[in-house]
Amino acid sequence: MTNGLIGKKLGMTQVFDASRLTPVTIIEAGPCRVVAIKTKELDQYEAVQLSFGEVKERKLSKSELGHLKKNQAAPSRILREFKKDGNPAVGQVVTVGMFQKGDWVDVIGISKGKGFQGVVKRHHYAGGPESHGSMFHRAPGSIGASSFPSRVWKGKTLPGHMGSERVTVQRLKVVESRSDENLLFVRGAIPGAISGLVIVRKSKKS
Amino acid sequence: MNQLERIQRSLTKKSAPHFEIGDTVRVHVKVIEGEKERIQVYEGTVIARKGSLNTETFTVRKLSYGVGVERIFPVHSPIVSKVDVVRQGRVRRAKLYYLRGKKGKFAKVEEREFVGESKPSAQSPAAKEETVTAS
Repeated sequence: MTNGLIGKKLGMTQVFDASRLTPVTIIEAGPCRVVAIKTKELDQYEAVQLSFGEVKERKLSKSELGHLKKNQAAPSRILREFKKDGNPAVGQVVTVGMFQKGDWVDVIGISKGKGFQGVVKRHHYAGGPESHGSMFHRAPGSIGASSFPSRVWKGKTLPGHMGSERVTVQRLKVVESRSDENLLFVRGAIPGAISGLVIVRKSKKS
Repeated sequence: MNQLERIQRSLTKKSAPHFEIGDTVRVHVKVIEGEKERIQVYEGTVIARKGSLNTETFTVRKLSYGVGVERIFPVHSPIVSKVDVVRQGRVRRAKLYYLRGKKGKFAKVEEREFVGESKPSAQSPAAKEETVTAS
């Protein structure tokens, strides 16, 4: 139907297979409802729109509700588009059953916000010596030459806001998939805070 | 968080081994060599329990040819097949890290319920005092 689905990060723990301990992140993935199908003729591109979770009707605006009602979908705040895979129909439900143990997935999330950070944390500058009379500690240092170019190059790494951005982690292994509980166990860490929204899709590198 | 805790509970062993800090235990460890599987027994004193639910671990300390050895086992790991309590210890703290700096009789934990021979019981009050003041 689609190449992925929407989920919620529940947190990390560990599982044991025969003898080894594996760190896993648990994702509550799906069930997601197909709300709309974008077609080449109407929308100039192909995609499947999925909804995740439910909210009270009064929480949504008229335009949001109108769009959902048109497709007989339950009121939901979260809508995301996925690549089309096969022939989905409006109203179908995408569940975590699409991923089996041993599959590879990519997980997309919004990383934790770090606020305004300096270059040492944000861009891994080495910084200067802390002692021995050094007066250069965590400053960025020179940011360019003088008469040429007489300006700072575009893309110069400087202090600024860090985190709260879309991050993709590629090729994570599915350790367990419990379709009756809508749970997905992937090996390793995924971006974002607990109960953050994540997108799980088939890995591009599998 | 509750949902995660519920899942973690589902990942714990149904009958987790029961033992306490200071107990002398025999840990039956599954060892896989090539295709064969056998049980290895590791005996020592439990000096710490850490973590909760399915991530709980315990540390077992023993003296091997005069050298202190500590192994950390996950409580809910399938390789820990059985934990037998050989002797129960009387201790007053949750982490017995003070045993690391001790030698001989001071590195022993006083026995809890039944006091069998006269020798350990005579030694134990001294050991007790020593450990309390040291830690």
